[in-house]
Amino acid sequence: MNNKTYNGISAPYALWCVVFILAPLAIVAYYALTDSTGAFTLDNITGLSMYADTIARSVYFGIIATAICLIIAYPLAYFISKTKASKQKVLLMLVMVPMWMNFLLRTYSIMVLIEDSGIINNFLLSLGLSPIHMINTPGAVIFGMVYDYLPFMVIPLYTAMTKLDVKLIEAARDLGATSFQTLRDVIIPLTNSGIVSGITMVFVPSVSTFYISQKLGGGKYTLIGDVIEMQFQTAYNYNLGASISLLLMVFILVCLFVMNKFGDIDEGGSIV
Amino acid sequence: MRKLGTASKIYMILIFVILYAPIAILIFYSFNESNSTSVFTGFSLRWYGELFRDEATIKALENTVVLALLSSLISTALGTIAATGIYYSKTRWYKSSLLTVNNIPLMNPDIVTGISMMLLFVFVGTMLKISGVLGFMTMLIAHITFELPYVILNILPRFKSMDKFLVEAACDLGCTPKKAFFKVTLPYIRTEIIAAFIMAFTLSLDDFVISYFVSGPDFQTLPIRIYSMTKKRVTPDMYALSALIFVTVFVLLILTNIAQDSALREKMKKRINKRRVAS
Amino acid sequence: MEKKVIISLKDISVAFDGEPVLKDLNLTIKDGEFVTLLGPSGCGKTTTLRIIAGFQEPDAGEVIFEDKCINGVPAHERQVNTIFQRYALFPHLNVYDNVAFGLRLKKMPESDIKKKVEEMLELVDLKGFNRRSIDSLSGGQQQRIAIARALAVDPRVLLLDEPLGALDLKLRKDMQVELKNIQQRLGITFIYVTHDQEEALSMSDTIVVMDKGEIQHIGTPLDIYNEPKNAFVADFIGESNILDGVMKKDFKIQFSGHVFDCVDKGFKEDELVDVVIRPEDVDITTVKDGMISGVVTNVTFKGVHYEIIVDVGGFKWMIQTTDYAKVGKKIGLIIKPDEIHVMKKSKYSGLYGDYSSFSDEMDKISDVEEILVDNEEDEEVID
Repeated sequence: MNNKTYNGISAPYALWCVVFILAPLAIVAYYALTDSTGAFTLDNITGLSMYADTIARSVYFGIIATAICLIIAYPLAYFISKTKASKQKVLLMLVMVPMWMNFLLRTYSIMVLIEDSGIINNFLLSLGLSPIHMINTPGAVIFGMVYDYLPFMVIPLYTAMTKLDVKLIEAARDLGATSFQTLRDVIIPLTNSGIVSGITMVFVPSVSTFYISQKLGGGKYTLIGDVIEMQFQTAYNYNLGASISLLLMVFILVCLFVMNKFGDIDEGGSIV
Repeated sequence: MRKLGTASKIYMILIFVILYAPIAILIFYSFNESNSTSVFTGFSLRWYGELFRDEATIKALENTVVLALLSSLISTALGTIAATGIYYSKTRWYKSSLLTVNNIPLMNPDIVTGISMMLLFVFVGTMLKISGVLGFMTMLIAHITFELPYVILNILPRFKSMDKFLVEAACDLGCTPKKAFFKVTLPYIRTEIIAAFIMAFTLSLDDFVISYFVSGPDFQTLPIRIYSMTKKRVTPDMYALSALIFVTVFVLLILTNIAQDSALREKMKKRINKRRVAS
Repeated sequence: MEKKVIISLKDISVAFDGEPVLKDLNLTIKDGEFVTLLGPSGCGKTTTLRIIAGFQEPDAGEVIFEDKCINGVPAHERQVNTIFQRYALFPHLNVYDNVAFGLRLKKMPESDIKKKVEEMLELVDLKGFNRRSIDSLSGGQQQRIAIARALAVDPRVLLLDEPLGALDLKLRKDMQVELKNIQQRLGITFIYVTHDQEEALSMSDTIVVMDKGEIQHIGTPLDIYNEPKNAFVADFIGESNILDGVMKKDFKIQFSGHVFDCVDKGFKEDELVDVVIRPEDVDITTVKDGMISGVVTNVTFKGVHYEIIVDVGGFKWMIQTTDYAKVGKKIGLIIKPDEIHVMKKSKYSGLYGDYSSFSDEMDKISDVEEILVDNEEDEEVID
C-alpha cells in the first residue's frame, strides 16, 4: 500500500477531528467575540475582569489540592512500588477502584459524611462531643478535590517508579548520599515524568470542576467551572460563558506547555 | 529488596482507609431501614426495592449501556483504522498535526470540550432551524469524540513493536494490501483493540461533565440522573445505587485482573517452552 | 548448456530523500543460479532485492522478468518470494498455518495444502512441528519455517535478505550448507544478500560486489578473490595489501622500490596502477634473500598461522605465515610473479590496503559501527 492509501484511510478520522474538535473550538471563539445578536464585541473578554476573584480562587484551590495530592501520593506510590509484585497488583487495583466509581457519587458520599447533621457529627454527638462545622468551607472543597483526584496522581507516579532502577538508588547510597540526598538528587529527578503527568491530571479537573464546589462549598466558593456551568445551564449567556471557557482553555494549554518543558508527559503514562 | 517499615505500612493503610471510608459508609447506610441518611435504625433492603421501582433511573441505566456500547464500538472501529493510517503515513505534517489535534480533547478540561460541542450543536441547530437539537445523536457524537483519542493512543504503540516486514511477507505470499491488513495486521493488534474498546466503554459509562452539556431532556444517562437526583435532598436509594455501582466496578476489575493473570501465565509457559527448545 | 536469463535489471536508479541509493544499475541473473549481492551496509544491495520483490519501485530503469517488464506489478503478483532478515513469521499463526499461508491464498484444496506443508516441513527437517507456536521455536527453527513458507508457493526466484544474520556462527555455517543443498535440489534461482564475504564465497555461483549504489565487480567467487577489479573489491573480499605501483612494461612492475616480475600485461608504459598482494602469498626470509625488506612491528598468533605486520619503508604489510618472526627483527620478503595482481587506478585507490592503523580493537569498533549503520538502513528502506 502506498502513502496515499494510508493517508486516505485516516481521512475519515481527520474529517471527524476538524468537524468535532476544531470547529467547536472555533465556535467557542466566535461566541466569545460576539454578542447575542451576533455582532462583534470585546465586552465578553473585558467582562472577565468581573470574575477575577473567581479565577484567582480556582487557581489557588487547584494548586493547593494538587500539592496535597502530590505530597500524599508520592510516598504512597513509592511504598507500593516497593512491595512484592503480586501485592503491587492488588494495591494498585485498590487505588483504581474509586477512580472508576462515578465521581458524583464519591463527592456526594463525602457530603453525607461531613454535613452539619451528617454521619461524623452524629457520631460525635452520640459520644457527647460537640459537632464540628466542616461543610461549605474552603477546606471541604479542597478535601473533595484531593479525595476525587488522588488516584490520578498515584498511577503515573507509580508507573514512573516501577521504571526506576533500584541499582541507581544503591549506587547513590554507595557514593555516600544520605536518604534525603538520594531522594532529592536521584529519585525525584528520575520520576520527573510521573510527577509532571500526575500534576497535570489532578490540576486540570480541579481547576475546572463545578460539582465539587456546589456540593461541598455550598455555592459560597464559586469556581471558574461554576461560572461556566451557570452561563450555559441557567443564565443562558452563551457569549460570556464562551469567553470564560476560552480563558480557561488558554490558561490550561499554557500551563501544559510550561509543564511539558519540565518532563516528557507521554512517558509517565498521562492516559490511564 | 528491602522490606517496608511499619511506619510506611501504617501510612498505606491510613490512606486506603480514608479512600474507602466514605464508600463503605454509603454502602452501610444503603441497608438502613429508615430514610434517615445519618442514623442507622435497622437492616432492610427497602432502598434497593425503591431504586428498581424508579423507572427514570432504570431507563437512564439502559440509556447509559446502549450509548456506551454504540459509541465505543464506533470509536474503536474508526480509531483502529485511523491509527493504522497515521502510523504508516509518510506525510510528516499530516501525521503530526493529526496527533496534535488528537491530544486536544485529552488536554482540554472536560467542561471546555463539553461546552464547545454543545455550542457546535446549538449553532448548527439554529442554522438549520431545528429546535431541541440536543439528544441521543449529540450524546453519541460527543462520546465518540472523547473516546477516539484514547483508542488511538492505545493502539498506536502496538504498531511500533510490530515487525515491519510482516505485512510485506503477507504481500510476498500473495495477499493484496487489503487482505494483508485483515489477515496479519488486525490479528497482531487484536489485544490492543479489545483493550481500547473496554477503555472507551468505561469512559463512556463514567462520563458526566461532557454528557451534561450535550444531553437533552429526552435522553438521560445514569451520571446525569445521579446529578439531578443529588441536586435535591437525597434519599437512601442513591446509596443503594452507589453500592451497586461499586460492587459492579469491583467485580469487573477483579475479573479483568484474573483474565490478565491467566494471559500472563500462558505467556510464561510459552517462554519456558522456548527456553527448553533452545537448550 | 547455456541457461536462459530469468531476471534483468536495466539502468535502475533509486534515491531516498534526494540521496541516491542505486545509480544506473545493470544486472542479469540466469535461471537456476545462486547469485549473491555482497557489500557493506548502505551499498544498495537490500534495495536491489526489494526492487526485484516489488516492495520498492525504481525511480528510473526497468525490471525484466522472463522478457516481460514487471515495473508496477505489485509484490503479490510476482513469481518471486522473500526470506526476510528477521524471518517475519506471523506470530498469531502456528507453524502449519504459517507454511500454509500462501497456499490458502491460492485457494488450493485443504488436502493438497496438507500434503505440501508436510513436504516442506520435511525439506527443512522440521517434521512434526505443525502445531507448535512460532514463539516456542529457536532462531534456527524459525529460519527454517521461513524457508518452508516461501518455498511452499513454488517461487521461480527466492530472494534472501541476510537470512542468517541473526544466527550464531556455528548454526550459520550449518545453514549455509543446507541452503546451498536446497537450492541445488530444487534448481530454483536464489538471490542472496549479505555483507559477509565468507558466506558469499562459500555459497555462490556468482557474486555481485556492490558499493555506494554501484556494482564494482561481477564474477565467480574465484574471480573475485584472485582478480579483483579494484581496490575496494580487493579490500572487501579477504585481507589484502594494496600498494601504488608503476607498470614499467609488460610483465615488469615496480613497487616498494623494487622491480618485480609479474604475469600482467597490456598496460601503458609507466602507467600508475594499484597492486594487490594477499597476505598469505608473501613468504618471509632473511634480509639477504628477500626482494624487499622491512621491520616486524606486530605479531599475532592466529592458530593456523601468524599474522605479522611488517614496516617496509613506511608502508605496513600484513603477512600470514607459519614462520615466526620477532617484533623488531628485520626480515626479507619474497613475492612470486603469479601472486602479484595489478589493477587499474580507480576512485578507491589509496583508500584501502595499508595496515598502519592495524589493531584488533579497531576491527571490533568498526563492526559495531556497521551494526548501527545497518539498523539505520533498515529504517530508511521501508516505504
